[in-house]
Amino acid sequence: MLDSKQMITIKGTKDGLTLFIDDHSSFEAILDELSDKLSEYKPKKDEPVVPVTVKLGDRYLNDRQKKQLNELISAKNCFTIHAFDSNVVHRDEALTWKEESEIRVVNRIVRSGQVLEYVGDLLLVGDVNPGGKVITTGNIFIMGNLLGIAHAGVNGDRDAVIAASYMKPNQLRIADYISRAPDYDSEGVYMECGLIDKEQDKIVIDRLQVLSRKRKDISGFERRMLNG
Amino acid sequence: MGEAIVITSGKGGVGKTTTTANIGTALALMEKKVCLIDTDIGLRNLDVIMGLENRIIYDIVDVIEQRCKLKQALIKDKRFDYLSLLPAAQTSDKAAVTKDGMETIVSELKQEYDYIIIDCPAGIEQGFQNAVTGADKAIVITTPEKSSVRDADRIVGLLENESIDPPKLVINRIRNHMMKNGDMLDIDDIIQILSIDLIGIVVDDDEVIKASNNGEPIALQGNSKASIAYRNIARRMLGETVPLQSLEDEKGMFYKVKKFFGMRT
Ligand SMILES: Nc1ncnc2c1ncn2[C@@H]1O[C@H](COP(=O)(O)OP(=O)(O)O)[C@@H](O)[C@H]1O
Ligand SMILES: [Mg+2]
Repeated sequence: MLDSKQMITIKGTKDGLTLFIDDHSSFEAILDELSDKLSEYKPKKDEPVVPVTVKLGDRYLNDRQKKQLNELISAKNCFTIHAFDSNVVHRDEALTWKEESEIRVVNRIVRSGQVLEYVGDLLLVGDVNPGGKVITTGNIFIMGNLLGIAHAGVNGDRDAVIAASYMKPNQLRIADYISRAPDYDSEGVYMECGLIDKEQDKIVIDRLQVLSRKRKDISGFERRMLNG
Repeated sequence: MGEAIVITSGKGGVGKTTTTANIGTALALMEKKVCLIDTDIGLRNLDVIMGLENRIIYDIVDVIEQRCKLKQALIKDKRFDYLSLLPAAQTSDKAAVTKDGMETIVSELKQEYDYIIIDCPAGIEQGFQNAVTGADKAIVITTPEKSSVRDADRIVGLLENESIDPPKLVINRIRNHMMKNGDMLDIDDIIQILSIDLIGIVVDDDEVIKASNNGEPIALQGNSKASIAYRNIARRMLGETVPLQSLEDEKGMFYKVKKFFGMRT
């Protein structure tokens, strides 16, 4: 055992444990040391599971390696990996981020029966007619009439928003939330947006101005950088 | 070389066949050479409205399956030398009509006629596809009802996939008192949703039904509102600028229709 230089340093924080892993040692050596360290640990009964944040420095872990670490750490049922934190991202991942954070500008009418589907944010210059549908993984901004269905954050992003010059939609959907138009004939609204209100646990419609307060990190890339 | 125009709507019963008969008749009145094609296989109507039912010997399926020449199947109109009808089959299997078959027929007719007007069946299935295949242009018919406008919107969307000019719109069966009371969509609402150019509005008129029953399309009659409306559509197709009819009986009331163009030629 190389005890001269520690490959793994463990620190306790109020949110659990932080594991610093030296980014110069081989992955195998790290697994060995970690399993040694863990074997010294004798958990007491009824202790709560401790979340662990793994700081990787300039090391990149692929999915298989992450899985190996995960299995090792959670083997004793007293730790669970909360997050991996690395200074480096894989090129493919970065490209996906870029794609998801780009705003796509589309100029057309989405008519009844048509579906417009994109990754990232969408700026539609044109209408979504009744029975038409736009779907994105990010935000939806419509310069035109939203009369059909808009589904923002389709992969589960509950912070996504839907904004339109005029909206009287069949339905608004954000992540796994759905709201639909009332059964009585209602007036539409101008320059408003739909977003999930956490307290009310539903989609609410509000003035566009609230976005600057409620969705500060509306730019997709920042959102991605902050939340992984 | 003539041009082929498909008359379509998505929804049934909104006036495709009536419009086909009347636009065709109106163009013939203006001395154009016109051929009407009924593609509503199994539910043929156009021959009845034109008053030509008794003269049918061959139909479009006979032509496609080469039981007769195209010329033999064409029925010459009673009133005009250069108005003909290619009737739909009443009994044959719908699948008999193919895109290729339609394309061949339409391009052959374009050699001889100025306008080929194709009456499309309801729906968006094969019958619609066939009717649209050979067409250069399209006219979409809607009534001022939500469901009809919805289907028209669907059709306009589907036509985007075809190599066809952006379609023109006819709003049919307008009932002025209902529009005024807000019980029907008004013309501006419809145009805003569909955002295509309007080429005509036709009032709901009992005379249309009577005329169709007598096999004499209303466009032949002098001065009823509907007959003028159909003749105006034909004039706009020829590139004339004709103002929209006032829907009121008294003069003075005009709709503020923002988008209104004649059919590009
Ligand atoms: N402008 C009109 N006024 C009154 N009745 C009309 C008018 N246009 C069409 N109709 C009637 O509506 C019915 C359906 O018309 P039709 O042309 O057969 O529709 P489609 O071919 O689209 O199914 C017919 O009975 C027809 O006479
Ligand atoms: Mg018909």
